[in-house]
Amino acid sequence: MNTIFKIHGGIHPDEEKQLSNPGTVLDAGVPPSLILPLSQHIGKPSSLCVAPGDYVLGGQLLAEADGMVSVPLHAPTSGTVVAIEPMPVPHPSAMNNLCLELECDGEDRWIEYAGCEDWRVETPDRLISCIRAAGVAGMGGAGFPTAVKLMARDRLPLQTLIINGTECEPYITADDTLMQVDAAGIVEGAQILAHILGVEEILLAVEDNKPAALDAMQKAAKARGGDCNVMTFPTKYPSGGEKQLIEILTGKQVPTGGLPADLGIVCQNPGTAVAARDAVCFGKPLTDRIVTLTGRALARPGNYRARLGTPIEHLLTVAGFDPSQNRRLIHGGPMMGFALESSAVPIIKTTNCILVPTEQELPTPPDAQACIRCGLCAEACPASLLPQQLYWYARAKDQEQLERHHLADCIECGACSWVCPSHIPLVQYYRAAKGMIKESKTEKIRSDRSRDRFEARQERLERETLAREEQRAARRAAAEQKAAAGGADDPVAAAIARAKAKKDSAGDESANS
Amino acid sequence: MSFLRITSPHGHSPLNTAQVMQAVLLATIPGIVVLTWFFGPGTLLNIVFGGVLALVLEAIALGLRDRAPQRHLKDYSVLVTSTLLCIALPPYAPWWLIATGILSAVILGKHVFGGLGYNPFNPAMVGYVVLLISFPLQMSSWQAPRGLGEIPGVAESLTAMFVPASYDGVTMATPLDLLRQNKGLLLDDLFSSTPQFGQWAGVGWEWVNIAFLAGGVWLIYRGIFTWHAPLAMLITLGLCAAIGFDSGSSESGGSPLFHWLSGATMFGAFFIITDPVSGATSNRGRLIFGALVGVLLYLIRVAGNYPDALAFAVLILNFAAPFIDQYTQPVTYGHKPTKGDDE
Repeated sequence: MNTIFKIHGGIHPDEEKQLSNPGTVLDAGVPPSLILPLSQHIGKPSSLCVAPGDYVLGGQLLAEADGMVSVPLHAPTSGTVVAIEPMPVPHPSAMNNLCLELECDGEDRWIEYAGCEDWRVETPDRLISCIRAAGVAGMGGAGFPTAVKLMARDRLPLQTLIINGTECEPYITADDTLMQVDAAGIVEGAQILAHILGVEEILLAVEDNKPAALDAMQKAAKARGGDCNVMTFPTKYPSGGEKQLIEILTGKQVPTGGLPADLGIVCQNPGTAVAARDAVCFGKPLTDRIVTLTGRALARPGNYRARLGTPIEHLLTVAGFDPSQNRRLIHGGPMMGFALESSAVPIIKTTNCILVPTEQELPTPPDAQACIRCGLCAEACPASLLPQQLYWYARAKDQEQLERHHLADCIECGACSWVCPSHIPLVQYYRAAKGMIKESKTEKIRSDRSRDRFEARQERLERETLAREEQRAARRAAAEQKAAAGGADDPVAAAIARAKAKKDSAGDESANS
Repeated sequence: MSFLRITSPHGHSPLNTAQVMQAVLLATIPGIVVLTWFFGPGTLLNIVFGGVLALVLEAIALGLRDRAPQRHLKDYSVLVTSTLLCIALPPYAPWWLIATGILSAVILGKHVFGGLGYNPFNPAMVGYVVLLISFPLQMSSWQAPRGLGEIPGVAESLTAMFVPASYDGVTMATPLDLLRQNKGLLLDDLFSSTPQFGQWAGVGWEWVNIAFLAGGVWLIYRGIFTWHAPLAMLITLGLCAAIGFDSGSSESGGSPLFHWLSGATMFGAFFIITDPVSGATSNRGRLIFGALVGVLLYLIRVAGNYPDALAFAVLILNFAAPFIDQYTQPVTYGHKPTKGDDE
């Protein structure tokens, strides 16, 4: 049994996990239409390969990966492409982005797909291309293209694969449920990923508030044999943060600005592991996922298997949404999720939870009071920052101090805001300050560039002037030489004589008048 | 339909600033009860009169500063300031002394700098020092504790507060004064020959300190503040006292136990230097802050000329707090120096 290490800070909010009844998967059905954003991942949006009016089958390629850091997109069911235009997407800014609208025909006809017979004999490159072709992106949070993450093997020596089944956010039980219903899939997926990465050690991390999932994972790991090590540790938010989990399991800290791969570690979400297994073993593209629909404004909260692109309003209807007591629609969990303005937006590859609390459950926060520097935030910060100081510097827009206090190492987990007795939205200040620093850095690069350009131009002009002077001097020298050689034929002397003669005659004229 | 857009996190811990302040007020109760037992109702009357005045002044100041008084009065912060100041004032102080102190604390100590959260100095200590420097006589007249003098009743106390020169209660030098003024007596002789000394420190004072210690420990248990500053202060105070103890000779500065249980030690350790606004903010910073207060407290007590040294020690360190903060930043995640190959 490996040792567990302690991390700094953390909080213990009400877990509220039982509300969504983890361990049972319900079917969200096929909605009348799906809205599929072309950018459900970090990186470049996919580039379309269908046009409005096209009939597509489930699993058919709709958009291909455009460039290295991008993933393709597949049809989650059969139907007709009716529109390709900017539509609202799940994003904190409530922005519109290019989406493909698929009118489902309800027949759910699929293309044939096939996977590898035995992944153990395949090369890592071939397996990576399977995962890439299936459109797999990290399903835990950021949606980083999985294939790109796996290519860390080419750059750095890797030893450990961590499957992050921590799911430390309150309310969310999507990973918990997946671990209970498909532990074997997760373990096989993990083994495939480990095979690709060429690592020996697989750590399956489960927080101790999920005994059923833990039990299922232990059994699956045992049944499949090999090198899977199921690890459990005390429940605390945010133990599931990638950096925090790495410290809990290994005692090492990811160096600032670095990646887990710098420590020889790659982290993946259980959902991603299953998606990778489906991609490799069956050739199945990623077109659905488990979403926790929860909150006390729902009559039937639970974990629903939903097609990507399903509008949230459809899911809310399925789960029995009662809007009378609700004011907020949250994409993700209560700690790091963002509030959506409209339920018309679809779920995407990274949607693990839709939370619709009643006003009583998660009340609208009161106005912020003054910071009394009580330091509860510093006690709670898992990155050992001083949030109270960052807050002052963020308000003062003091970039130097913000950087000195390591603003960039803030993981925006929200623990500081959660404990703040003055209800100050600290994380929001840090997001704004990060944006400000980023902007001023871009601005600096831009002004540096234009200064360089200006200086280069000045230099060029000076150079040209010098060159002209030199030419002139050379010409003059040549002319003088010529004059000296020609003797009497001096044009300058002749011109002076002419001018003198003219002046003399002019003087006579004026005297006469 | 359109939903409310609020940034994450969407949940919140049940603790708010008003509750923090209420907890501090609650934790002063044991100390106030013991003070009242030994010195009569004077302290209680100070607190009530000072509290009402402080609320009025706070409301006026908030109004002048265009802040909604109803909302900001609910944070209880001004009651904490006034209560702490009034605990530190001598019982049966005249009303104008209390009023001057509250005015200095609330207006000069707090609102001049921008109100709650912006004051560089502990407001209660600002009020206290203004009074100590301006009215040293009134500030050093402490009622004799129960058993050594007569304890006035409520009516008598009220008269003492509001009718000038009406009160001639029994005042006595405090144990700290006696020790400082001691010339020639061995510590043991001083203790046995002077009625003001009790078992470990002064009669009454030792229990007052124990009561404030109890309240402080409860606040740490509640997680209202951390143990760093109080413990550091008590440790350095004890160390200094141990060094200056001089085996109890006539030159002795008093034992560590005497200093821990005398004057404002426990009150200061748990209720004054734990003020987060004017103190150092990181845990390491709090250790340094507390430790230095402990040293200064001892030095001013032994070598200075004031009844007690807490207010000066705290104000001086308030100056240093931003400086301490600048050099006590904890090591951020991912910034640990790499262990290197020599491991």
